This record gives sequence, structure tokens and C-alpha cells, in this order.
Amino acid sequence: MATLMVPENLVYERPRSFTDAPTHYCPGCTHGVAHRLIAEVLDEMGLAERTIGVAPVGCAVFAYNYFDTDFVEAAHGRAPAMATGIKRVLPDSIVFTYQGDGDLASIGMGEIVHAAARGENITVFFINNANYGMTGGQMAPTTLPGMKTTSSPDGRDVETQGYPIRMAEMLATLDGAAYVVRRSLHDPANIRKAKKAIRIAFEVQDRKLGFSMVELLSTCPSNWNLSPVESLKWLEEHMIPFFPLGDYKVAPAVAELKI
Amino acid sequence: MPAKGWIQVNDLYCKGCELCVAACPPKVLALNMERLTPKGYHPVHIVKDGCTGCAICALVCPDAAITVYREVTKAAVPVAAGG
Ligand SMILES: Cc1ncc(C[n+]2csc(CCOP(=O)(O)OP(=O)(O)O)c2C)c(N)n1
Ligand code: SF4
Ligand code: SF4
Repeated sequence: MATLMVPENLVYERPRSFTDAPTHYCPGCTHGVAHRLIAEVLDEMGLAERTIGVAPVGCAVFAYNYFDTDFVEAAHGRAPAMATGIKRVLPDSIVFTYQGDGDLASIGMGEIVHAAARGENITVFFINNANYGMTGGQMAPTTLPGMKTTSSPDGRDVETQGYPIRMAEMLATLDGAAYVVRRSLHDPANIRKAKKAIRIAFEVQDRKLGFSMVELLSTCPSNWNLSPVESLKWLEEHMIPFFPLGDYKVAPAVAELKI
Repeated sequence: MPAKGWIQVNDLYCKGCELCVAACPPKVLALNMERLTPKGYHPVHIVKDGCTGCAICALVCPDAAITVYREVTKAAVPVAAGG
């Protein structure tokens, strides 16, 4: 089969916008799929040279090791504020944040809401895995009702612990938001749709159309205590009914884009 | 005849998560229980004929560990590699 492995037969290879570093993510964690899609879109649009990523606190804290772009590390939840500053100083750069649900929807709730309300011309990738992965699977603002986590061992009780927050729906109400959608990473068809949304989000920013966010439903096999394959099924069966996939805000100028 | 494909799995990245094994349409992938990667995982490999080079394994792989090849038939115009 070595004869097949020649350049003219190449169908897919590791994106050029990645460094050579292997990731520290747990086996089968779809943080890696989200990373890969972002890198593929940076390749396709030729953006890596002028892209600056903003890493969060959470499992993606080392994201700067994996993308062959400039990168900064924000304090917990503050990535949208840092991205705001960078984008305003360097308006021709492409600035994206990559944030988990603890980072974005808990400690960083203020920053994300106001960045969207101001219509900052940045792109946010929001990884919703329904828990705090890095710190050991505690309850997040996105933890489903009844879902067991290390800090809701009997299942999230909405009477005392409140209801989960649907970030895409909430940010879509803000006039500053140009493109806000939710996608999922649980199967090939949805991964392709997620990539398309990532592409549109970067196009929105490149054309200075305003704030864009792609929420990605993602797995956390280690803290869900499921195998990677079982986690995909769990996501599909439990998360999607509560966090419906779809386009929550597509500003008229974005709807006109031909991509 | 289905297109003939082949994949190369990079030991540096593969974590043996089996997402590609589950997603592969012709079901030609399995972990190689005879080998360990430097990180200590059993890497994936092709275990039987039938790979079409569809690249679905690469699409679901969280570690960008897979390179995919597909035989270019004489009639077909070669597509640009890597998207
Ligand atoms: C100021 C501050 N508070 C709390 C923490 C502890 N901490 C680290 S990561 C994290 C949450 C991570 O969860 P999430 O953002 O959902 O990302 P994931 O790890 O699931 O990808 C918390 C609370 C911290 N590092 N800094
Ligand atoms: S703890 Fe969860 S979110 Fe973090 S790398 Fe592991 S599987 Fe992924
Ligand atoms: S999906 Fe990637 S990391 Fe997982 S077993 Fe397959 S090649 Fe290895």
C-alpha cells in the first residue's frame, strides 16, 4: 500500500496551522476536533499569519501550544476583554477566543455579554461540555437538570442550583451580535456543519461585520465516566434536546455572504 | 470497484480513542494490540481491505493523527491536496 502514499493521492493531512505538538487532551475529547476545525479553516482562508488567539483557563489553557499562530493567555473568563483590546489596537488582525463553559458562562459571564453587546469585531469559540473539565468535572452553568457531577453528586437540582443557561440564545438577543450559532461535534455530518459555521464566523470578522460566536457541543469522556464513543451518543441524546442546534442570530449583512 | 484508499496514523498523536474505528464506514480499522505508541496507547491501523479513502476517520479524529490517501483513477482530475 506504500505505493498509494504519494502526494498526488493525498486527500487529508494534518492542518498547517497546527504546530507539531501533541495535545494534552484526554483520548477522544472533542476539544481536539474543535481545534482541528479551527486550524483547517485558518489554512483554507490563509489567515494564520495575522491571527491572534486568546486561550482561556480550563482544559484549553494550553491552546497556544497547538496553533501555529500568535496567542495570548487570558485570566479566567477574561478572554473577550483581552480580545477586545487586541482587536482595537490591531484592527486588521483576526482575533479569536476559545473558551469553555465554566470560563465563558460562569466567571466570564460579564465579559462575554458586554463584548457581544458592544459588537466587538471578534470571534468566540464556545466549547460547551456541560461541566468544568479541567478541575475534575464540577457543575457548570450548562450542566443539565438532574446531571450528576462531582459537585452535584445527586444530580443537578434546579430548585437549589438553578437552571442551565443557553448562551447562544441569550447572546443572540443583543444588537451587537452579528452571527451566533450552535453546532455539535458528535458525528461526521455535524462536524462538517461546525466547520462551515467556523468559516462563516471568521468571514464575518474579516469583513468587519461584528461579533461572532460559534457554540460547539463537545464531550468530556473522562468526567462523564463514559468511553469516547459512548460520550458522542450521550451528547446526542442528552445535550442536543436541551441545547438545540441552529442559527440564533444571523445579521442581514451576514445572511448575504456567499461562502 | 470502490476507490482504493489508505491511511497513515502518526504514533506521536494517536491516543487509541477508537472514534475513527466507530466512524469508519467500511469498518476496516482497529487498535493494534501488538504495539504501543511512545505515550503508551495502542494505535489504530487498517486490518482489512476496503478502505475507500473517504477521510471520515480523519474528520472525527480529535488528534489530527491521520493522513488519508486515495488512488487517483486515470479518468479523474487530481484534486488539490489538503483542502
Ligand atoms: C480565578 C480562578 N478561579 C477558578 C479557577 C479554577 N478553574 C480552573 S479551570 C476552571 C473551569 C474550567 O471549566 P470550563 O471552562 O468549562 O473548561 P473545560 O475544562 O471544561 O474545557 C476553574 C473553575 C482558576 N483557575 N482561576
Ligand atoms: S477533562 Fe474533559 S474536557 Fe478536559 S481534556 Fe479531558 S475529556 Fe477533555
Ligand atoms: S480517532 Fe485519532 S486518536 Fe482516536 S484512535 Fe483514531 S487515529 Fe487514534
